[in-house]
Amino acid sequence: MCGTCGCGEGQVHIDGKHHHSEAREIALERNIMAKNNGYADANRARFHANHTLALNLVSSPGSGKTELLVKTIAAVGTDTPCHVIEGDQQTSNDADRIRATGAPAVQINTGKGCHLDAHMVGHAVDDLAPEPGGILFIENVGNLVCPAGFDLGEAHKVVVLSVTEGEDKPLKYPDMFAAADLALINKADLLPYLDIDVDLMIANARRINPNINVIQISAKTGAGMPAWLAWIKAAQAALLPASAAE
Amino acid sequence: MHEMSLCENIREIIEEQAKLDGFSHVNRVWLEVGPLSCVEPDALRFGFDVVMRGSVAQGASVEITSSPAKAHCLACQTTVQIQQRYDPCPTCGVGPMEIIQGDAFKISKLEVV
Repeated sequence: MCGTCGCGEGQVHIDGKHHHSEAREIALERNIMAKNNGYADANRARFHANHTLALNLVSSPGSGKTELLVKTIAAVGTDTPCHVIEGDQQTSNDADRIRATGAPAVQINTGKGCHLDAHMVGHAVDDLAPEPGGILFIENVGNLVCPAGFDLGEAHKVVVLSVTEGEDKPLKYPDMFAAADLALINKADLLPYLDIDVDLMIANARRINPNINVIQISAKTGAGMPAWLAWIKAAQAALLPASAAE
Repeated sequence: MHEMSLCENIREIIEEQAKLDGFSHVNRVWLEVGPLSCVEPDALRFGFDVVMRGSVAQGASVEITSSPAKAHCLACQTTVQIQQRYDPCPTCGVGPMEIIQGDAFKISKLEVV
């Protein structure tokens, strides 16, 4: 770098002297998320052609996403093929738990990464090769911040919030609740033992996102599971037939 | 800290543009970061210097601009400026509010040589 003016390499040098070519401005107006969004669009086209319902499950760590998925896969039954992409910084523990249900699962370890991106998911879909007409659950890295900004090509983001996390989580992490179409208020079986005001929690979620659907659920007892399964069925029915996009 | 990976996206876009436009160095980068985008400007600045090392934008300065967030009140049908997603409607105090501007995240322009 030039010590005089701080300009970088590649400047014009004439007779050993340092000359600046004229600086110019280039208007770009380029969306920085465009590359991820391109991969997401490609994923979405694949899901559409395969008539796959892709759901991106997002939450803080420990909200009970994996347990909820294990119970959901069992409840969906064998008529509808379920596939799972698991995102965690380390370990294949979650994919192992899913595979124990009989559903194919791929584990993505993001290392230091705090979210899944659409490129990673595309490769995981290559590995999974989901059967047509099924459901693809993408369990994102446990993080209520970063995954909000990354489209993976999913039909819906589903935010899982457990009742022990407090009423004000939607206000503290608004981006995630703004991006989600459904909030599953999990571990609802604990409500009798807690001081939490679940109505306030739901009102806070709707303050961020007036259109968000909310289901109180307990993966442990099965309460709320029928409403969640009905929501999934409706989301499947809302997918356009693959031929309609031609 | 997804700002680091966002900086890598910025670097890729700039490197591609350098090939297209034939510039060898970037002096300044203008970024638009909406107040409701999932991006923290300070973390972005921190990551920027580190990630741009060895690229045509090494040592470039960053100007972050931000357009105010706007939302439409579904109750009183007015469009108003807001600071945060959960602000109530300043006109009627009821809401709910639908965001119509403020989540942009883009490279607006470059000063290059």
